[in-house]
Amino acid sequence: MTTQEAFYSYIVRLGDDSLILGQRLSEWCGHGPVLEEDIALTNIALDLIGQTNNLYELAVSIENKGKNIDQLAFLRLEKEYENLLLVEQLNVDFGYTIVRQFFFDVYRKLVFEALCNSSDERLAGIAEKSLKETKYHLKHSSEWVIRLGDGTEESHRRVQEAVNTLWKFTDELFFQDEVDQNVIELGLGVDNSNFKVTWDSHVEHVLTEATLTIPSNSWQHAGGRKGIHTEHFGYLLSEMQYMQRAYPNMEW
Amino acid sequence: MSSKEWPLWEVFIRSKQGLSHKHVGSLRAADAQMAIDNARDVYTRRSEGISIWVIESKQVTASDPDESAEFFEPSESKIYRHPTFYNVPDGISHM
Repeated sequence: MTTQEAFYSYIVRLGDDSLILGQRLSEWCGHGPVLEEDIALTNIALDLIGQTNNLYELAVSIENKGKNIDQLAFLRLEKEYENLLLVEQLNVDFGYTIVRQFFFDVYRKLVFEALCNSSDERLAGIAEKSLKETKYHLKHSSEWVIRLGDGTEESHRRVQEAVNTLWKFTDELFFQDEVDQNVIELGLGVDNSNFKVTWDSHVEHVLTEATLTIPSNSWQHAGGRKGIHTEHFGYLLSEMQYMQRAYPNMEW
Repeated sequence: MSSKEWPLWEVFIRSKQGLSHKHVGSLRAADAQMAIDNARDVYTRRSEGISIWVIESKQVTASDPDESAEFFEPSESKIYRHPTFYNVPDGISHM
């Protein structure tokens, strides 16, 4: 694997995480629990799609084969997406959506903070811009985790169930393979093992305040970074890719 | 499912330094912090502001529309109260 290939894959993975979570969140559009939250969730979805846009633009310029970013977003096959399994999980209800977002936001803030020091200036620039957005996402999701966990009996039960179900996708946040090794060596990407402890303690702190418990079940799911997805992913792709496949090269 | 509605809040946004906060609308939220967050998402997504105030709508005391005749009409005939005799120098904005 050349450095160029590794850096390309690294950026595409970052973009895939944003794209798939953005797509999931956008499913809330018009279905939010209250009008204000409907707008909040779709704002976050738009931030994520915007990050995807910047990351894919960087990826295609690294690859330098004349691809456009719509091809990356809409014309790859299932196995060619290498997002975290966490972000493709179903919305289920508002509690699940918030817990998924919270786990991701804590991680993503740490990633962007570190990427602000990337040896690639373009990536550092994207990280700096995205970090501001992510800080707000984290504030939003943290406040909701606490409200729901420490709220009514029903909200506590639902959000605890979400924590129990989604916990098995959290180890994958710290997955590493040769793509990561390559970019870490050159200071292009981040060594996510450096902030595993920070992630753990941040999540534990908020969950404790929310009177929620971390499941003791230690079995963990992985595969997203190798293109092996959970069953929900195909349905997400068919909806997301429909326009570009039905009307090839369409623009708007 | 609970059918209780969150309280209503009035939202005020300052669009830039030097200007005052202006009423922009209202929204629902469980408490002040959520009202600020919601106001950020609902009313500043197109860069409308740099500062937000919220106040619970029930804290606002309004004048009685039935009293508008005695409240407001007497001043209509008193044009001498307008400072129209002064020349405003060039370069003074927001007057």
